[in-house]
Amino acid sequence: MGLFKRTPKILPDYWKTYENLFKDAKSKNFNELTFVVLDTETTGFSFEDDRILSIGAVKIKNETISVQEVFEIYLKQEKFNKDTVHVHGLLKNGNRKCISEILALEQFLDYVGNAIIVAHHAGFDIGMLNRALERHGLPKLKNTVLDTGIIYKKTLIKSYLLQPKSNYTLDELAEKFSISRKDRHTALGDAYITAIAFLKIISRLKEKKNFSLKYLLR
Amino acid sequence: MKNLISERVADFIKNFPPFNILDSKSLHALSEEVLIVYKEKNSVIFSVDENQHSHFYLVHKGAVSLTNRSSSNIIDYCDEGDIFGLRPLFANENYKLEARAHEECILYGIPIDIFKPIAKQNDQVTIFLMESFASNTRNPYAKNQKGQLYDNEVEEKVTKEVVLPDLQLASYSKKLVSCSTRTTIKKAADIMSKKKIGSLLVTSKDLPVGIITDKDFRNKVISGEQPITASVKSIMTTPVITYPKNLTITQAQMAMMKSNISHLVITEDGTPNSPALGILSKHDVMVSLGDNPAVLVKAIKRTSRIKKIKQIRKSVMVLLTGYLEQNIPLGLIAKIISELNDTCIKQVIEISIAKMDTPPPVKFAWLALGSQGRSEQLLHTDQDNALVFEDVPEEDLPKTTTYFLKLSKHITKGLNIIGYEYCPADMMASNPKWCLSLQEWKNKLSYWISNPGPNEVLMSSIFFDYSLAFGERSLLDNMSDHIFKTVEKYPIFLVHLANGALQSPSPTGFFRQFVVEQDGQHKDSFDLKSRALRPLIDAARVLILSHSVKAISNTWERYEKLAELEPNNQELYLACSYATKALLKFRTRQGLANHDSGRFIKLDQLSKQEKMKLKRTFNAIKEIQELITLRFKVTSILG
Repeated sequence: MGLFKRTPKILPDYWKTYENLFKDAKSKNFNELTFVVLDTETTGFSFEDDRILSIGAVKIKNETISVQEVFEIYLKQEKFNKDTVHVHGLLKNGNRKCISEILALEQFLDYVGNAIIVAHHAGFDIGMLNRALERHGLPKLKNTVLDTGIIYKKTLIKSYLLQPKSNYTLDELAEKFSISRKDRHTALGDAYITAIAFLKIISRLKEKKNFSLKYLLR
Repeated sequence: MKNLISERVADFIKNFPPFNILDSKSLHALSEEVLIVYKEKNSVIFSVDENQHSHFYLVHKGAVSLTNRSSSNIIDYCDEGDIFGLRPLFANENYKLEARAHEECILYGIPIDIFKPIAKQNDQVTIFLMESFASNTRNPYAKNQKGQLYDNEVEEKVTKEVVLPDLQLASYSKKLVSCSTRTTIKKAADIMSKKKIGSLLVTSKDLPVGIITDKDFRNKVISGEQPITASVKSIMTTPVITYPKNLTITQAQMAMMKSNISHLVITEDGTPNSPALGILSKHDVMVSLGDNPAVLVKAIKRTSRIKKIKQIRKSVMVLLTGYLEQNIPLGLIAKIISELNDTCIKQVIEISIAKMDTPPPVKFAWLALGSQGRSEQLLHTDQDNALVFEDVPEEDLPKTTTYFLKLSKHITKGLNIIGYEYCPADMMASNPKWCLSLQEWKNKLSYWISNPGPNEVLMSSIFFDYSLAFGERSLLDNMSDHIFKTVEKYPIFLVHLANGALQSPSPTGFFRQFVVEQDGQHKDSFDLKSRALRPLIDAARVLILSHSVKAISNTWERYEKLAELEPNNQELYLACSYATKALLKFRTRQGLANHDSGRFIKLDQLSKQEKMKLKRTFNAIKEIQELITLRFKVTSILG
């Protein structure tokens, strides 16, 4: 393994702080875990060509979200894809205060810490974040990741009458759990919807006897 | 740090007391500090004697029950928009109640540190809190709104309610002409001639003390009793009968009859000890009566043109709107409106008969079915009707049937002109299936009762709410007797009917969360007709049929009768009667507001109180469905 390991680079302090958080073992008690539910808006779906436009995230501790503690940033863009403007409504030169990608990553790492990341179709958001980190010579995210798209399906297993779909959109989840779709397609708005959906999924799964973080990751 | 989520919070809490009286700056400051707490069903939010939290709670989604330790009774439910857990924070004591998520909940935790200074600055918030603590109603909506503490709108409505169940407000003339007690009779007569008025108010120190009218001149001056140089004091009618404004026409009429006078004085506080505002004369009453039901009935009966009836029915709608605004009891409104509708229908039938070449060959009856039969039809809906005619010798049957079908076509067309849509299921007397001789009807009814498939049950449920709209009552009674006799022979029919009555799912899981229509154009609307009214209507029908009570087809009257017949279930039946009326009023209001049948209600357009009112009726629905399930041993509930 060591053979293929990249020569360690000099990593910035904020990365070291972030990395150090993972040294302590996490609590076994599910209610003591911290979750960061996030969503990103991007210029498109290509990990190579597209960029993050904004990141929204909320923190859940003990089934509680503090409105004060939410995370919402907009990134400066060199690249602009006019095809996705209608989805997220973010204009290249909108009125939002935008920050550079590297600053955004620094702030995000500070916010997320060692929390468990929750996202809907997490692979995409994490992929975009990891590519951004890579562009700045940083390693990948170290957080445990849960995908609401996947764990939602665990709530359905018992129902043999309905064939679970292979894929559930956030809209479908919002509808299933009657969550208002206000602010849909803003990073923070989607993160909030995902967070509520996550809490509802968890409460349904908690009744299972083998419920644990491990069970969710399986 | 203003963000989307705090805006979302502010958007919600600004609708509920005491936050609805905050200025937007405080509201936003508060929203930014809120905690959003998720609680699973049955999880405890705080327990008795627990130390205070740093925040109190507002229910955003779900419901919370508050339980008293000593009695372990649930003393209150908090529902969307209700606050709880506030008092201990102000009183600086531990929690005295247990709060538990009655359902899965999202709560907003509002930090007391931020809220307290805002509350102190704002008198109205303080008043709200004082009142809610003093009245011990944590939730002013619960317990029949006993508290009614904060919502001025509610109080206004209560005071606005007319004491007599009748009717429009009387309008009076506000152009007051008055003279003093020392004015001479001649002078007074001059004033009246000059102003062309029939009565003159006599005041002393700005207070009304008497009235003189033409009649007084006639009786007391021209007769020689008093010289024209005497003061008006000697001939005026005194004391004056005074009333406050907002007097209804009926009240005015009664006051005039009682005192045998033709003028009332309207004063500021309704007593002779405050200045006069105007005079209400018998003439004013007559003018106001212009759009009174009795006058409308007369107008309908006088017309021989169907188009004219259509115009008159527009006034009926105006009347209806007015009644609802005045919060007149719905039972009474329905009676008046149904009476007017009946008169219209009768007139259409009269006109239609006149159009036929010959008078009807035998006696017949025109039956109103469905909502019209139940006298619950306040807004225009479809026509559901049927015709029954006397039995005739078999050889005469075809031509008699032809005659009545032709007549029915005239009538249904006429009804359509005056505003009744044709029935989409063609359940009308113009359909040969619904225009039958008495014997044919009996055969049909027997078939329905002895072969109760889903379709037969549906037919029966529409048909059994018939009432006589026109013609021969004995034909109708004959049919009713036949129904009761047949049902006695086939008691299983009641089980099917009961089962049918349970097909409409009850409107709520428990106590809350409307079942919102899932698809179609009425997405996000609540189907008031099928979810709330129909279960009540269906249940009343099967129960009243099981008691063989005939001639009561109106749902709330059926429940009132049932309460009489089964004293042990009295409370439930009366609750159902009330719920039916409340829902119908609701539907009518919605229909008038949205210019439709009022069947679908947009939930987001309802006020908090309206929602609570609706939800309260759901309890009765749930209980009556349970009663039916048990009584008729319906096993296959809700497929």
